[in-house]
Amino acid sequence: MKPAPFKYHDPKTLSELVELMSNLEDAKILAGGQSLMPMMNMRYVTPEDVIDINGVNELDFIKLENDHLTIGSMTRQKDILSNQKIFDKAPIFREALNHVGHIQTRSRGTIGGSLCHLDPSAEIPALASLYDASLTVVNREGSREIHIDEWVLAYMMPSISDEEVLTSISIPVWKNPHGYAFIEFARRHGDFAVCGAGTLVEIDANDIISKVAIVVAGVDVKPLRLSTLETDLIGKKATKDTLEYACSSAKKIEAISDVYFSTQYRQRLAGTLIKRSLEVAIERARIINNDG
Amino acid sequence: MADNREITIKVNGKDMTTYVETRLSLGDVLREHFHLTGTHLGCEHGVCGACTVVVDGEPIRSCLMLGVQAHGKEVTTVEGLSKGEDLHPIQEAFWKNHGLQCGYCTPGFLTTLFSFLENNSDPTEREIREAISGNICRCTGYQNIVNAALDAAKVMKGS
Ligand code: FES
Ligand code: FES
Repeated sequence: MKPAPFKYHDPKTLSELVELMSNLEDAKILAGGQSLMPMMNMRYVTPEDVIDINGVNELDFIKLENDHLTIGSMTRQKDILSNQKIFDKAPIFREALNHVGHIQTRSRGTIGGSLCHLDPSAEIPALASLYDASLTVVNREGSREIHIDEWVLAYMMPSISDEEVLTSISIPVWKNPHGYAFIEFARRHGDFAVCGAGTLVEIDANDIISKVAIVVAGVDVKPLRLSTLETDLIGKKATKDTLEYACSSAKKIEAISDVYFSTQYRQRLAGTLIKRSLEVAIERARIINNDG
Repeated sequence: MADNREITIKVNGKDMTTYVETRLSLGDVLREHFHLTGTHLGCEHGVCGACTVVVDGEPIRSCLMLGVQAHGKEVTTVEGLSKGEDLHPIQEAFWKNHGLQCGYCTPGFLTTLFSFLENNSDPTEREIREAISGNICRCTGYQNIVNAALDAAKVMKGS
């Protein structure tokens, strides 16, 4: 349970970091270490070089400009949780991040680490999908932007090459006041969820759904946006029937199965969680409408 | 070929310097280089919470942080909680409530609750349970740990 020998590097700037990345053959980036360290301790991963980016301060920031929230990849989960700007503009982050691991892992874990590790049931990639986020990666030659849908290539496989570094994620926040909810089911609070569902919704004065985004995690190898359901829901009144409709259509999602949970189980869970998240989100949207 | 570095960490208020292999976890540095064996390593892959120590005010898993990463930082281990013979209120409360049996998990619970209660003076039982959800205890069944935490919160608030 000790990592195999490696050479340790601790660049202090992004340019030093990309330089290292392009020169080293078998290097791993160490961010918060909440996924890589266990894998190295168990020697599932035995890189020759470890590049610790905890000292690259320029990757640790939270910015809000023109309704775009940009978060540096080295920003820790605990800092996202306690950030007032994020809470004001995108309150679902706080609700979702409270489910990420435990206090001891959120003190170290980073947003970029979660986005690169890409556990299928993880909350942060699900939020990225919910918001149609785009990610910025750089290498020595320059940078490119990539939409979250294209970022996830396959099971735990992000679209990033050995020479590239994820530097930030940009999230277009919803301008108008809206309801939100992130609900998940796990065997124990903070453990990897079996399934999670996140919803953002705007309703008008007549209780009609005018804008909605729904994501579900843990049913596929990547977070799944329910775009067909979203389109169907627009223009519908926020009633019990509408919730039931969302539930039954979510149960038809093609879901993965593994030794722990079958496809049918995940589909039912997805249906129920989506219904509940929509219900809570609508309720919160109503409260905001009444207050405003 | 081993990759070594000299590091200095402020442990429980005292600067400590050593020469370590860079792949050594902070937990191992504390135990093997500084002989502070109060920090226990259980699973060594971030699951059990026994290895929790407080780094710059935040509880972290010392099996998932390298010793070199703690260079220049302040670390509080379970040894740093009491003032000489005087137990910290959390330790006192664990003792009174029978919050430990074998004691293997205890340093991790104490350090986690230490930093949690410093920042949350009036926690509910639910909040306490959430705070310790990353710590596993195979003996107590948690009930007495939660009781101890509630007691300690009262004492710390009053002081
Ligand atoms: S030893 Fe670190 S979490 Fe178990
Ligand atoms: S007291 Fe034995 S594991 Fe907790």
